[in-house]
Amino acid sequence: MHTGEVTIDQVTKVEGSAGLKVTIADDKVVDLKFILQDYRRFYTDVVKGKPIIAVPSFLSRICGTCSVAHLFASLKAIEQSQGIELTPQAKTLRRLAYDGLMIRDHALHLYFFVLPDVLGLDSILDISDDPADPGHVLLHDSFDIKRLGTDITNVIIGAAIHAPLPTVGGFLKNPDPAKFPNLISRLEAIRPQVLRGIKTFYDWPESLIRNSDYMYLKNAAGYDFLDGDIYTSTGKVAGPNDFLTFLEKVVIPYSHSEGYTLSDTHKDYLVGALPRINFNSHLLHPRTRADAAQYLTAFPSHNIHHNNLAQAIEVLHCVDDAIDILKTIHINPEEKPVRKPPQAGTGIGVVEAPRGILYHMAQVDDKGMIIDYNVIVPTAQNQITIENDLKKYFTDHISEDETFLHRAAEKIVRAYDPCISCSTNFLKIDWIRP
Amino acid sequence: MFTELLNDHLDDWKKVVEFRHVKALKTKNSLDGLDVAFIEGAISSDSQAAEARKIRDHAKYVVAIGACACTGLPSASRNDLVDNKITERIQWYLSNFNYSQKVRKLDEVIKVDDQVPGCPMSVPLFLAALDKYLKLFHIVS
Repeated sequence: MHTGEVTIDQVTKVEGSAGLKVTIADDKVVDLKFILQDYRRFYTDVVKGKPIIAVPSFLSRICGTCSVAHLFASLKAIEQSQGIELTPQAKTLRRLAYDGLMIRDHALHLYFFVLPDVLGLDSILDISDDPADPGHVLLHDSFDIKRLGTDITNVIIGAAIHAPLPTVGGFLKNPDPAKFPNLISRLEAIRPQVLRGIKTFYDWPESLIRNSDYMYLKNAAGYDFLDGDIYTSTGKVAGPNDFLTFLEKVVIPYSHSEGYTLSDTHKDYLVGALPRINFNSHLLHPRTRADAAQYLTAFPSHNIHHNNLAQAIEVLHCVDDAIDILKTIHINPEEKPVRKPPQAGTGIGVVEAPRGILYHMAQVDDKGMIIDYNVIVPTAQNQITIENDLKKYFTDHISEDETFLHRAAEKIVRAYDPCISCSTNFLKIDWIRP
Repeated sequence: MFTELLNDHLDDWKKVVEFRHVKALKTKNSLDGLDVAFIEGAISSDSQAAEARKIRDHAKYVVAIGACACTGLPSASRNDLVDNKITERIQWYLSNFNYSQKVRKLDEVIKVDDQVPGCPMSVPLFLAALDKYLKLFHIVS
């Protein structure tokens, strides 16, 4: 394209609604805006004055897809504000449920949203019905993988979406092992299918080498989505309570969500599976490291499409971690949630959601009511870096035609696995030709 | 929830349903000649209301999916934010992006023929609604 305005009204196959507006003049990208379009619901304002016991379940409604991440981050924030320490059993059960979330959520993104790009199709609906077709095999792998992730969350926390059993201090009702006698064998049986997915995303040659800093959670004890310190690739380390000191909020006038840069560099950064695997791959489950060794050679990687490969490897890690937990856990069905009289305090819950670091902050009064609440989601943090990467891609491929650029832009946005429902919803490209 | 149902139902549904418009699954979408439109979510702005009317104009029947579409809540929780609860930050968004004064449930904006409530939506009620329309259009007996 030489000169023009390009609009993608709505990026498809992502969670929520985003658009892209590109202005090109004399073979140069004059302006590019990546726009998060979902309307805000102001839930963090709505919870003010509400009792803490009701808040995590309400805030899980921020997102259907990763509701368990919001639920657990909110529980962590409120538990910290109340000085509540979880029992080892409750911690382990949350970890197991989180493995289920990651397995389902990553598989949804990888197979339902990205796989059609790998196969050169518009949609999973276009995949052949021939059982021997490789796309058919992968799609049906995804049904098995997603179903398994869902079943883990169903039996451990009561549901995959808006789970009713986790509560402040633990569980309203402990899971009954009699209800999941075959989970270990199903997890073992799924491993070859998960490995087939990993190979698929490893073999996909799509590439966009990018350049930004990274931020991720790290726990030296092992690959962990729920506990750890926050690290940046600029060499900074902080506990969850100091997360905000790393961030600089940027109001983006055309977007329904704030963006963020690093406070020390004033530049964009990336959160998600790519930084997690880039920096923490040595902490993955030993079976995962052994069986995915060939594919882990791709990391560290600055190719955003390797975020897909990183997620596929994390699915295997979560399968292996879940097997370990199920083999060793002895659930005391009588254990009650840890509760204390309400106290004034502030708590921070930082977790790795499927698509990156998620922050919840709860300020509570002495009656156990919310005074103030804040949520910072991964897609808001990635917003500026997505825009910068798209600018680079459009600049480098300016000679390509509009259809090619549209398709490529959607593939790039999908690679970050954005959740616009969380940060506010999807890709709309406006091509603007002055 | 819909994407989870596909684990068990996609192979069968592909034989009896033509998916014309599913942004979560397809890039090439069309609203033309819809028999049934399943719409989720509450209406937060005039542009969303216009989109809902456009879908209604292209569909013989409309089914509201989930608590937000059926009751407005929890999305309509912001309707309770009044006076001093409207902070400068909230006001900036409301003004800058032309939010509606109130969040509305779907049947406050367009005619709705059936509802599948729940957060997430009730799976048995959704399957019953789908079966009803497959029979109505004589696709299954």
